[in-house]
Amino acid sequence: MLIAVFMRELLLALRRPTDALAALLFFVLVCSLFPLAIGPDAALLRAIGPGVVWVSALLAVLISLQRLFEPELADGGLEQWLLSPQPLTALVAAKVAAHWCIACLPLVLAAPLLALQYGLGGETVGLLVAALLLGTPTLVLLGALGAALTLGVRGHVLLALVMLPMSVPPLVFGCAAVSAGQQGLPAGASLSLLGACLALAAFLCPWASAAALRLALE
Amino acid sequence: MTHELTTGSLPAPLRRPAPRWRRLASPPVFHGFAGRLVPGFAGLATVLALAGLWVGFAIAPTDHQQGEIYRIIFIHVPAAWMSMFIYLVAALHAGLGLVFGTRLSPLMSRALAPTGALFTVIALWTGAAWGKPTWGAWWVWDARLTSELILLFLYLAYLGLVSAFEDPRRGDGAGAILLLAGVVNVPIIYFSVRWWSTLHQGSTIRLDAAPAMTHTMLAGMLLMALACWAYTMAVALARVRCLITERAALEAQS
Repeated sequence: MLIAVFMRELLLALRRPTDALAALLFFVLVCSLFPLAIGPDAALLRAIGPGVVWVSALLAVLISLQRLFEPELADGGLEQWLLSPQPLTALVAAKVAAHWCIACLPLVLAAPLLALQYGLGGETVGLLVAALLLGTPTLVLLGALGAALTLGVRGHVLLALVMLPMSVPPLVFGCAAVSAGQQGLPAGASLSLLGACLALAAFLCPWASAAALRLALE
Repeated sequence: MTHELTTGSLPAPLRRPAPRWRRLASPPVFHGFAGRLVPGFAGLATVLALAGLWVGFAIAPTDHQQGEIYRIIFIHVPAAWMSMFIYLVAALHAGLGLVFGTRLSPLMSRALAPTGALFTVIALWTGAAWGKPTWGAWWVWDARLTSELILLFLYLAYLGLVSAFEDPRRGDGAGAILLLAGVVNVPIIYFSVRWWSTLHQGSTIRLDAAPAMTHTMLAGMLLMALACWAYTMAVALARVRCLITERAALEAQS
């Protein structure tokens, strides 16, 4: 059942690639807008590069999560999840994992290209990818909790209001890791903290999201 | 089931009544209880605030470094304390409501949150007013300021979420989950922001490095802190009475 949920998400994304790639396109677009607004000063762009890539990734994740559980709510799939012998927490975790593969993995793969455009060096690009690999699952987990809490609410501003304040730690640690690499400092501490955030989120968020979904279906 | 049947058939004096404090968890009982407490706390808040302001502005000496401008701490520090403390209390009520299913607890969270948001705004506002003459800037991206700002966003997210649902019970539950998630997150946010600010810039002027206070300054600040406590109690209890009445009217309709 867990694998079935996972594969179904992937299949849906394959059948409708525009939905899945929208987050990637949004990410690339936002990253490209900053140099246009700020100007082509190479030193300045190199300094703000990590932060711009991280904030764009955060916003792209937010955009991609806005309809995370709504199709299931509309077609009655969520009720079946509640009735199924599998725990709801595990089903939510499978859904989140599939969503990360669809929406965030392309984004992480495209990040080196954008980092090169911002003039980041080879080792820094590696650090950025590592930080995004550790950080984006945390963002998706937090966003899934937000999406479950705001399920059925009209308008999408509320999801941003719920998710963005809680995304501060991954954002700070992720940017700190890349900045440390730029200045030639060890980035291990920040990456470890990102991993700790991910562990905590992976432990608590599916459980809290499942509670929120149960509440939404009452 | 059988338990209820036996107690139901017993004569009234043999039934063990619930302890008095536990009966307060019933909204109608608490409505009357809160109504008796509100005037007392309101009066106490007024007296304490007048005393605190008098001590702070008339008795406490001028600071030899900052001059008269330091006197804003008599409002700023109690407001900042309350902003964090109220979030914890609201989350405690949210947890109680989720665990025991009490009907009063989510209403208490709802009643406390606007006051917490108000104190957060006051702390930020007075901090800015103090920072301009002292630091030379309205806003510094210091760890304390930034985490206080994020606390305000957390309050706003809670207030937005609970008011977004037509079914008040759904709003109660979603708000409770959000408050508890926020409580787990608040220390992480605080430390992340603290390390972030020390990474970007050396330690700027820190409040906790200020010279030790004289007794009158401390007394003024404590009086104001107690006034803020009493004010919070009065306002939250008055608000929870309104919420109880509102919820009862809604339930009577449906």
